[in-house]
Amino acid sequence: MARIELKINGQDRQLDADPQMPLLWALRDLLDMTGTKYGCGRALCGACTVHIDGEAARSCSIMLGEAQGREITTIEGVSGPVADAVVGAWRELDVVQCGYCQSGQIMSAITLLSKNRKPSDEDIDASMEGNICRCGTYQRIRAAILESAKKIGGDQ
Amino acid sequence: MTRHTDAPESLSRRRFLKAAASTVFILGFYVPLGRRTASAQTPPSETPAPNLFLKIDSDNIITVISKYFEMGQGVVTGVATLLAEELEADWSKLRFEFAPNDVATYNNLVFGPVMVTGGSASMAGSWMQMRKVGAAARTMMIEAAAKKWKVPEAELRAENSTVVHTSGKSATYAELAADAMQLPVPQDAPLKDPADWKLIGKNVPRLDSAEKTDGKALFAMDVKRPGMLTAAIAHPPLFGAKVKSFDATASEAIPGVEEVVQIPAGVAVLAKDSWSALRGRDALKVEWDTSGAETRSDEQIFAEYRQQAQGEGLVATKRGDAGKALPSAAQKLTAEFTFPFLAHTPMEPLNCILDFDGDKAEMWSGCQLQSIDEHVLSEVLGIESKRIRIHTLLGGGSFGRRGNPLGDWVAELAQIGKAMKSRAPVHLLWSREDDIRGGYYRPIVLHQLEAGLDDSGNIAGWQHKVVTQSLFTGTPFAALMVKDGVDHSSVEGLADTPYQIDNFNVRVYNAESPVPVLWWRSVGHTHTAHVMETVIDELARMAGRDPLQYRLELLPEARDREVLQLVAGKSGWGGSTGENRGRGIAFHKSFGTRVAMVADVSIDEGDFTVDKITAAVDCGVAINPDVVTAQIEGAIGFALSTLLRNRITLKDGRVQQSNFHNYEPTRIREMPAVEVHIVQSAEPPSGIGEPGVPPLAPAVGNAIAAATGKRMYAMPFSLKA
Ligand code: FES
Ligand code: FES
Repeated sequence: MARIELKINGQDRQLDADPQMPLLWALRDLLDMTGTKYGCGRALCGACTVHIDGEAARSCSIMLGEAQGREITTIEGVSGPVADAVVGAWRELDVVQCGYCQSGQIMSAITLLSKNRKPSDEDIDASMEGNICRCGTYQRIRAAILESAKKIGGDQ
Repeated sequence: MTRHTDAPESLSRRRFLKAAASTVFILGFYVPLGRRTASAQTPPSETPAPNLFLKIDSDNIITVISKYFEMGQGVVTGVATLLAEELEADWSKLRFEFAPNDVATYNNLVFGPVMVTGGSASMAGSWMQMRKVGAAARTMMIEAAAKKWKVPEAELRAENSTVVHTSGKSATYAELAADAMQLPVPQDAPLKDPADWKLIGKNVPRLDSAEKTDGKALFAMDVKRPGMLTAAIAHPPLFGAKVKSFDATASEAIPGVEEVVQIPAGVAVLAKDSWSALRGRDALKVEWDTSGAETRSDEQIFAEYRQQAQGEGLVATKRGDAGKALPSAAQKLTAEFTFPFLAHTPMEPLNCILDFDGDKAEMWSGCQLQSIDEHVLSEVLGIESKRIRIHTLLGGGSFGRRGNPLGDWVAELAQIGKAMKSRAPVHLLWSREDDIRGGYYRPIVLHQLEAGLDDSGNIAGWQHKVVTQSLFTGTPFAALMVKDGVDHSSVEGLADTPYQIDNFNVRVYNAESPVPVLWWRSVGHTHTAHVMETVIDELARMAGRDPLQYRLELLPEARDREVLQLVAGKSGWGGSTGENRGRGIAFHKSFGTRVAMVADVSIDEGDFTVDKITAAVDCGVAINPDVVTAQIEGAIGFALSTLLRNRITLKDGRVQQSNFHNYEPTRIREMPAVEVHIVQSAEPPSGIGEPGVPPLAPAVGNAIAAATGKRMYAMPFSLKA
């Protein structure tokens, strides 16, 4: 057990926890932020994707000790024009089915579009490849990313 | 869905009714159930039953109570559409909630008496019922306004959850609710003319999109109860093995681990959080008694199935005499098809929460089979069903897995609840490894067949054997599906093929294994469609005919031909595909729905890529065309992994796969472009959650054959051998 200081969605949070505990379980079980999902626990599915210092990261495979002092953003805390465009496009196109993978998909899509306002199909494949959707919503995920790109002016 | 982790009792039915009565319009009345869905056995629900399907709050928000479980298929949107259409409800103010476990009220009209979501039957079951509820409520609102304003009903109309008079005077449903509640419920309120539909057939937005895009959607995985412990179970390494002894010293030394209990399913570690429970489970030392366990490899199982197919088996279909017709056939085809075990791997691993005080119990679960789960809890906990409250939550996928007639993981939860010393609420968490190794697979299936053509290329005879484990035998649904030992689900889509084949004999061989098996999205059609459509395609080529024309000539029903013609037209069937490319076609009817697909594939270095799927669908009235389209797109993404690579294999009885690295679902890069075309229809709606799965494999397989000459007799596909 140790005192862990985290910066999550712009807020300082303190925890008494094992520094070895994966960030995923700390978010879900200790901080009651359940939008970030468990799917595999081994960085294979992307359901647990969060942003750490602006980069998409698999929270199931990052320990609390490593997450200390870094800027963590979860689905509950995303904001800004890119996030708005992505979430808006996801809703307009009714991307979701069961929805369980979608927090992770959205987090990965936001990272992609934050760095690349006009992603090609290949860019989308490369950035989204780590996010499994068992319901098979990939066609709409791709369409929603392209739609978001339009909204943020990336296609001009 | 709203987060109700803090006030679970507020959802208990009695409290709900009482709370509702003060502020809300409750529609509880007798709906005469349509004869169309009546089953021969006449379950008790065939007599009029009280129904409770909507409430209206003081802000005119209408909440539809869905007896169907949402696992991604869009069912709550569909149910709400039907109700809102007749009610003239304002869609922007519509919400949903899941019904409590109460089979008398929330019976499944297709399979009942049982509370279940499945068989792609929810829209068929809702089609009359939900519209009648909506029409009755609308009529009552109008009548209430007529009385209040002392005007004739003919001068009133309902729109946007409001009743409006010709004078311009209006009142919201919320304002009229108290008066409307006093009125008798009309038994045959007229349904709207389809020409006046505003929601049915339109692309109404999904009701669950917002909460599933901001992290607020509540799955069982997200439920928190005060003092809740998390449990992880060490399951046997072999199917059928049992605990001999265990040593929990190392587990108990892990901070956070509270208790370790032996249960019939294995050894459960209870801890303060998920991570500690999973670590505690990994630290257990368990000795297993493996007598009676499955120790075969899957190759051995196939070898034994081939042996078994030498025997007599059971007759599933006998039309004419294929044995007589085949010897004189001009051309013959013999083929063997193999299908592996498949895991469902819903994105949300199985999990559920129990709060049991020794006398009554509450469970939170992505619950697909409320009646079974309630029964399982009652049996294991030793309390009456009426002391059990099930809270159904959104499900992170199912594909059949959550609708287990044995309620395997719910039984485990109850076993833990009974065995644990503390009375804390407990969350049973399956890891992905538990999920992939946990059995209840689509069973291994072996097909062997011989088919012959006469001089003019017509089918002279067809003899067929299917070896597999029965899905329904021994379940409460056996009476629906098993006749004289033949489980219809082993041969559905084959024994009842719509193709006209005069001499057609199908035999079925029931295999036994300790490996538990279960329906998997589209059930028997997962294998029969591939076999039928591959063979028909091959016969067409043998006969020197176009595979589309050949099919059209063998299909007497116009609706069957229409989907094929639609997909052919839209896909450019008959055009050239270019080098190293192939185009294949397939058609299959399942759950009352017809789906045809054309696949375009490219072949490169002994591997294939699916470039495009063009699909045509006839599911009767498409209540929400966009949801229909999404279900076909999703089914393709889902099923593609079984063509590409997915299989569960056993070595000395041990499952060889464990997580998404060696049981890897389709990735975005592999997703083909999908185009879906829907047949305009006025027929009652049929299923859409499952029928997109069956035609994919044969359409792609036939495309590969067109490009390479190689037929895909084994799943997953391989171009190597
Ligand atoms: S749960 Fe972290 S990648 Fe799957
Ligand atoms: S929406 Fe179900 S897993 Fe992606």
